[in-house]
Amino acid sequence: MQFLEWIKQPWPWYVAGPLIGLVVPLLLIMGNKSFGVSSSLRHICAACIPANIPFFKYNWRKETWNLFFVTGILLGAIIATQWLNSGKPIVVNPKLVNELQQYNIHNYSSIVPIDLFNWPALLTLRGFILLVGGGFLVGFGTRYAGGCTSGHAIMGLSNLQWPSLVATCCFMIGGFITANLILPAILHL
Amino acid sequence: METKDVITQPTIAKETNTDFEVRSLDTICINESRIEHTWWHSLKYLIAGLLFGILLVKAEVISWFRIQEMFRLQSFHMYGVIGSAVVTGIISVGLIKKFKIKTIYGEPIDLHPKQFNKGQIYGGLLFGAGWAMTGACPGPLYALIGTGATVIIVTLLSAIAGTWVYGSLREKLPH
Repeated sequence: MQFLEWIKQPWPWYVAGPLIGLVVPLLLIMGNKSFGVSSSLRHICAACIPANIPFFKYNWRKETWNLFFVTGILLGAIIATQWLNSGKPIVVNPKLVNELQQYNIHNYSSIVPIDLFNWPALLTLRGFILLVGGGFLVGFGTRYAGGCTSGHAIMGLSNLQWPSLVATCCFMIGGFITANLILPAILHL
Repeated sequence: METKDVITQPTIAKETNTDFEVRSLDTICINESRIEHTWWHSLKYLIAGLLFGILLVKAEVISWFRIQEMFRLQSFHMYGVIGSAVVTGIISVGLIKKFKIKTIYGEPIDLHPKQFNKGQIYGGLLFGAGWAMTGACPGPLYALIGTGATVIIVTLLSAIAGTWVYGSLREKLPH
């Protein structure tokens, strides 16, 4: 059962990265689908709250594959957490551990920072900004940019599209500025 | 590009009654199969998503900690994952084009490159900020809920709200 023990460990980048890359041809060969996740948010809007907005007036039923795909992501995460989990705490760079200590983040038992992301935290200013404000920016920004990490950074770059390179660079710039200059102020709240 | 697409896909342009520029911002509604499928054909995408979800969790790319390490240049992991995924993707798409590989239904695979607009800059920067704050892009939002972090349901709903607000403000935003 050595194999089972091995796959329960976190997978190194050189195993996980190429496998993630193979999702691109998998979806293309399965049915001519371009890999992308953020479009699912648009389909949900179109299906549930179109409100006569032109951007949401299209036949979302033709895009149900994307909703099946994201449901699969959720189920896959359940499987990985329930049965492919070593149960060990996440190993994080000591510099980051040191920095996060001053914000009262000490719990590394899960891949999610439990001190930060929990239901009661939603009622704190810090938790609300990160969970609700951050989520809003993810939804607004990805649709404005026309894709997310999967649609632009992986699918777009795989097809050698320069607009996707621009988008990917902007994702990184926005992230670097926020993580280093703005996030510390939010975490101090 | 637009004319070419209109010529190859005339029916869709009429049916959806949405101007083409709107739709070509995304890849959605473009890759259209002419074959009518029953719903259970979509289950294969559920399986693909399932495998992708396992990968996201096991590679720890959905971890807020890994994202913070990435944006602080404290770990190579995220760069390794995204970089090797892109290289694999480039090789795969190149092979598909070179050998004109078809789908399992025998249809030719066509790719629709996204056109440049300023939204990729403004939206990209905003999404980057959201990524650093939540530690998640859209795929990981679904995965995080699956790991048991149920509070991320609120973040997902907020992301849907963000998409909706973008849709309603779209005409007023620079593109």
